[in-house]
Formats: sequence, structure tokens, C-alpha cells
Amino acid sequence: MSSIIHGPGAATALSTFNPVDSKKLTNLSVRSQRYIVAGSDASKKKSFGSSLTVRHSQKLIPNAAAVATKKEADTSASTGHELLLFEALQEGLEEEMDRDANVCVMGEDVGHYGGSYKVTKGLADKFGDLRVLDTPICENAFTGMAIGAAMTGLRPVIEGMNMGFLLLAFNQISNNCGMLHYTSGGQFTIPVVIRGPGGVGRQLGAEHSQRLESYFQSIPGIQMVACSTPYNAKGLMKAAIRSENPVILFEHVLLYNLKEKIPDEDYICNLEEAEMVRPGEHITILTYSRMRYHVMQAAKTLVNKGYDPEVIDIRSLKPFDLHTIGNSVKKTHRVLIVEECMRTGGIGASLTAAINENFHDYLDAPVMCLSSQDVPTPYAGTLEEWTVVQPAQIVTAVEQLCQ
Amino acid sequence: MATAFAPTKLTATLPLHGSQENRLLLPIRLAPHSSFLGSTRSLTAHSSRRLNHAHATRRSPPVVGVQEVVKEKKSINSLLITKEEGLVLYEDMILGRSFEDMCAQMYYRGKMFGFVHLYNGQEAVSTGFIKLLTKSDSVVSTYRDHVHALSKGVSARAVMSELFGKVTGCCRGQGGSMHMFSKEHNMLGGFAFIGEGIPVATGAAFSSKYRRDVLKQDCEDVTVAFFGDGTCNNGQFYECLNMAALWKLPIIFVVENNLWAIGMSHLRATSDPEIWKKGPAFGMPGVHVDGMDVLKVREVAKEAVTRARRGEGPTLVECETYRFRGHSLADPDELRDAAEKAKYAARDPIAALKKYLIENNLAKEAELKSIEKKIDELVEEAVEFADASPQPGRSQLLENVFADPKGFGIGPDGRYRCEDPKFTEGTAQV
Repeated sequence: MSSIIHGPGAATALSTFNPVDSKKLTNLSVRSQRYIVAGSDASKKKSFGSSLTVRHSQKLIPNAAAVATKKEADTSASTGHELLLFEALQEGLEEEMDRDANVCVMGEDVGHYGGSYKVTKGLADKFGDLRVLDTPICENAFTGMAIGAAMTGLRPVIEGMNMGFLLLAFNQISNNCGMLHYTSGGQFTIPVVIRGPGGVGRQLGAEHSQRLESYFQSIPGIQMVACSTPYNAKGLMKAAIRSENPVILFEHVLLYNLKEKIPDEDYICNLEEAEMVRPGEHITILTYSRMRYHVMQAAKTLVNKGYDPEVIDIRSLKPFDLHTIGNSVKKTHRVLIVEECMRTGGIGASLTAAINENFHDYLDAPVMCLSSQDVPTPYAGTLEEWTVVQPAQIVTAVEQLCQ
Repeated sequence: MATAFAPTKLTATLPLHGSQENRLLLPIRLAPHSSFLGSTRSLTAHSSRRLNHAHATRRSPPVVGVQEVVKEKKSINSLLITKEEGLVLYEDMILGRSFEDMCAQMYYRGKMFGFVHLYNGQEAVSTGFIKLLTKSDSVVSTYRDHVHALSKGVSARAVMSELFGKVTGCCRGQGGSMHMFSKEHNMLGGFAFIGEGIPVATGAAFSSKYRRDVLKQDCEDVTVAFFGDGTCNNGQFYECLNMAALWKLPIIFVVENNLWAIGMSHLRATSDPEIWKKGPAFGMPGVHVDGMDVLKVREVAKEAVTRARRGEGPTLVECETYRFRGHSLADPDELRDAAEKAKYAARDPIAALKKYLIENNLAKEAELKSIEKKIDELVEEAVEFADASPQPGRSQLLENVFADPKGFGIGPDGRYRCEDPKFTEGTAQV
């Protein structure tokens, strides 16, 4: 499966996406990362006991310095190192495993094989076969096993080889992962991380192209985050592992080879916060995961046409960061949601409801949501392309909303 | 047939197979020289050859057969228990029975609601296993979990309060009958869906092994997973048998085969009703034991727990038992044959233990009566306590959803929702 990413097909899928362009994109996000860094006291957050009102503080955070340096001295070798998204995930995982001996990995082919997308490559050699556990093919049982291990003191990271396989683990994820803390009256915590690649890839067929975030979003007691850049991949991975809550981290099959320079020092990304990708004035575009890149591609076209879109990567799929989103809506008064979920019951549907409920007075136009078609993802390339939202559609939607 | 409490007889004849040879029903004799752990006499020559060949390279330590252990014991000491042990067992079973009877009364008086599944008749299994465990060993159960919780050490007050839905319940009233949890006593639940506790138990066993092999701690904790005959047709059961045997996890899978899954007879639901045979299929010993006889259960349990503590891996124990009441208090229990019920009522485990204790001069009638009285008072007190306890306030609604309530997210005003005063009042919109 990873060969699909490495092949030429992958290059076309993210046609604006070769290492050079990613740096340009990095610059864009670097400039705007100052926003998130100021808002999220990432490196200082240690435990729940620490101040929750940190968001209002204007104190300078170490990360800000790193980011600023990154922008000013891109060629400097002393700050930051460049890597691919899957390596960022691996780095985050490895650092957490070094930091806490209770962190372990469970999943199919995570050990000797190194993970189907190489996220756990080399970890079994370093940490042993019990800490990086190759499980038999029994998602429901090994997810449950991880939950039992979490209840008794370990901090497992469960890998679904493809997120779609976790449909088989739905019983355990819903009943035990989500609800057990509550039904036990708070006695047992389930600090698991469930992660894996999902989303529509390159002609992987319907069953390997599922977006499980829409199915899991109703489960009480879990948090869901989606990573989209090497920076937030590593940050979210670390934050998820450190969190006492069960967190589902959605990765995307087509984003594993994104390259970016990330800080050398320890940092985490706040699980509940959204990421400002590109500040703007005319319209708020909310997106996450792979669609972020389609949106940024559309943004280039839109800028040329004279529009100034504000792009926010919501990152936290459950719960929504209504502060960042709300501030944006109050500024632009127009919202476009671009997602890869299906139209019915997707993250976009929930987000539309949340925005309408909370920020109705600030809207000058109805919230528009671009989602994938309610269609099992076809194998044929042309059909597959038409099921997901493409940049051209985004441009049209913005033009329509901004009339 | 009245129960025979003779120590060497580890199985009672299964009433299911009247005409078949008893040979099939004996527990597994593990030949020390067999290269395949769990090979049984009852496998055909062809299949055992095939299996032995396939597993020829597996290094399995010789496991002492259960029968051999017991035979050894018999020569040293003709009684299986001391007086103290006997009284502990008796008290535990009386507690289980009295508690469940009180639950039925309270249910019909409208003090508890929903699905309540009573354990009457199966006490020997819970007492037989759990009284051998330490506080740090774990127990995982199903919805029929009151007595497992009590045997493990959760106070009758805490369980009764939980059933009444009061804050003083072991789960603050949030779990209910089917979700008895206790971190202090390592009671890992209480699960409503059958089979979903077995992976959790496997995980607890994995934790033990991890602590020992990765963290290099001294950990001999074992996990006992209880579940029923219906669960043995569920995928999670098999998936966990596989993983437990594969990694030699310190777990004991205890099947409480009471022959009925609500109204579905075990024989109508299972292609091969002999559940113990499924153990060897996965490479672990499978044992069948008379679950109406606490001493027999205890002997088998001792061996299985010792195996697990020594790091030799899991055991599958099928306890033939019976529930005297319906599946739940809502079940009219019209489907089961009166003759079958009468037959098992005559094998009441409590009556059997009482008889054993008295006949072997381990206890006097008066002592046992005083235990019964003590328990009656305990259970009554538990009801009074539960009655007097307050119900959960509104503020409790949103607590415990997340271990870290930041998980509710950031509200429009920029503050975390859990900081909103309405949140602690339980009236916040999340």
C-alpha cells in the first residue's frame, strides 16, 4: 500500500505538492503559525492542573522564537530539521516512548514490518516485541485488549492499518473506549490513542477509502483530531499520547510524504485548538486533513482573482474549537466548509449545525458545506476524482458565497 | 443425582450426552511428553498427528494434569479445605445468595430498575475462583456481575447503592447493575454486551506480562474473565483465546455454562457444545468441571491460577452450572423445563458445601447459622445504607465523561467549556 504513495500516482494527486512547493506552503503556514503558537501554550501545558486561561496571555512562548527563527533564517541548519510527515509521526511516537515506559504500540504489522506506512519503522528493534506488539488480525479484540491494558496502567497507541478496519473495533471503541470512564464513575481512565491512515487515496477502492470520523463523532467520551502537516502530526501525536482521554488521531493516506521543517525542541499541539493557516478578510474556509491542500490550491486562484480567504484547519474534529472558528466568522461573515467526509452526517454537517447555532447573527450568507458525494468511492480514477471536492469547486463556491 | 463431593471426581457426567462415552468428558490429561500443549485423547489419531507435526517446533513446558494434582493431594490430606477456608467459602456463597435474593425483593419494590441479572445457583464458580485471588489480581465479568464484585471485595453497601442509583454506589450511580467497577479491588467490570469484557481481561493480563517483561517489575497478577455459554459463540472469545495463548498471558477464561442464553438453549446455538474442547484448539488446556461444587471448582482454579502466575499461560475452564432464576428479573423463565430446574436445585452449591462441612466435622450447624444471620444483617444494612444515600445531583451529569474535561473543547468565548460554571452545575450545553 505504501508503494502507491511513492509512485507517480501520488505526485499527481497532490500536483502542487513537491518538496519545493511544500516549503512555500510551509512559509505561508509559518507566518500564520505565529497565531497558533501565541494562542496555544503548547510547550507549557503539562497537566490539567495548569492554567486553562493561558489563551489570553500574551507572554512570549519558546516556540514563537523557534518559529520566528525558522522564518528569518530558513537556511540556518541549527534550528529545526526537515522530515516527511510519517517520519514526524514516528519521531513523536518514539520521543513519547522514550519519555514514558508505559507507552506501547499495538497493531497489525507495526513491529517487524515497521507499519504499513512506516510510522513505526525501527521501533520494534529499539523497544522490543512486547512494546511494539504485532497483533493477529482481530481489531475488536486487540482494541479491547489495549483498553484493558490502559485501564491497568499502560498507555497503548493502537494502530488501525487502515482506519476503515476499525469498523470492526466499533464495539470496543464506542462502549469501552468512550463510555467506560463514565460508567465506572470515573475510576478507570483509558488513555489510549487510536491512529491510522484513512481518507480517499489513489484508487484504493471503496472499503479502503473510508472517512471514519463521521461514524465516530457521536461517541461520547472520545476526542478526535486530524493531522495535516508534519508539524501538527508530531505535535498532535505527542499531545494525544500524553492526554488522559482516549484520542482518535486521523492521518491521511496521501499526506504521509509531505515534507516540512519542524522544530528540534520538544513541542506539542493543543488537541482542542484549530490552526490558522491563512488569515483573510472575505470568507472563512474551514477544512481539515487532505482537503486543506485542495483549499490552499484554490486559495492561490482566489487570491489571483482578488479574494482574500481566511483558511482554518480545524484539526480538532471533536470537539470543535468554536473560539477560533467564531472569531473568524465574526470577522468575515461567510463560511465555507470543505471536507472529505460524505455529505450525510459528516463532520461538515455537525460543524454547519454548530456554526448556525452559535454564530447565526454574524452570518451574511448560509453556511456552505462542500463534502464528498454520498457514494462508495469508486475504483476508476475519473470517478474517484469526482467523488471528492476539487479546488475548482472550492473556487466556484467562494465566488458564489461572496457575491 | 445428588452431588458427590469426593475430591477426585472432577467432572460430573454431562447430562447432555447420555449415551456417549465418559472418556470425552474427562478433563484434559496433559501428557508431559507431548509436543503439542493440549493434545487430548479424544482427538482422532489423524488430526492429532497433523497437529503434533505442525506444532512440533513449539517449546511448551510440561504441564501437570489437573487430575494428577488432585490425586497427589488426596494422598497427603483427605480433606480439600481447612475449617477456616471452609467458613470463608461458605460465607462468601451465602453473601452472594442473600444479596441476590434481596435484589429481587428491592426490584419488585421499585428500588432498582432496568436489567438486573441474578446469580443464584452459580455461587460456586465465583467463590471457587475469586477467593483464591489477591487484591491486585483482576476480575472481569459480564452483566451478571453483582456476586463477582462481592467476592472480589466490593462492599455490599457499595453494590446495593449502585443498584439503587445513588452517589455512594461503586460507580457513583452511573453504571448500574451491569457495570460494577472497582479500582480498589481490581474489579474491571461489569459489561452489558457479552464478550466485550474478554478483550479487556486480556488487556489486563497483558499489562501484567508487560510489567514483568518490559518494566522488569515483580508482577504475578493474574486476571480471571467470567462469561457464559452464549459468549462462547462470539468472535471476541476466539480472538482472545488466540492472543492469550500466543503470548502466554496470565489469564483464566472461566465459562459459566448455565446452558441458557436468555431463552436460547446452549445445545441449539452451538455446533459442538463441549466448550472446554475449544481450549486445546488454541493451544491451552481446556478443563471441564462441575460448577455446582465449590471444592471442585476451587481445585481446578488453583491449578489454573498457579499456571498463570508461573507464566505458563492461559487456561480455559468450563464450569457446568445453572441459574436458579430467570435470565433477568424481567424474564418470566417459562421456557426451561421444570425437571431440569429441579435437578439442579437439588445440587445447590450452598447446601452441598454445608453438608460437606458438617459431615467432615469442619463446622457445626450453629456456626453456619450464625454466618447466615451475620450476612442477613449485612445485606439489610446495605439496603438501609443505600436507601439513605442521596441521589446524584445535576452537577454530576457532565463529570467523568472525560478524564480530562478539556475534552469538551473550547467554547465561543475562548474559555474551555469545563470552566463554564454551568458545566459544574450540569446544565451547560456541550
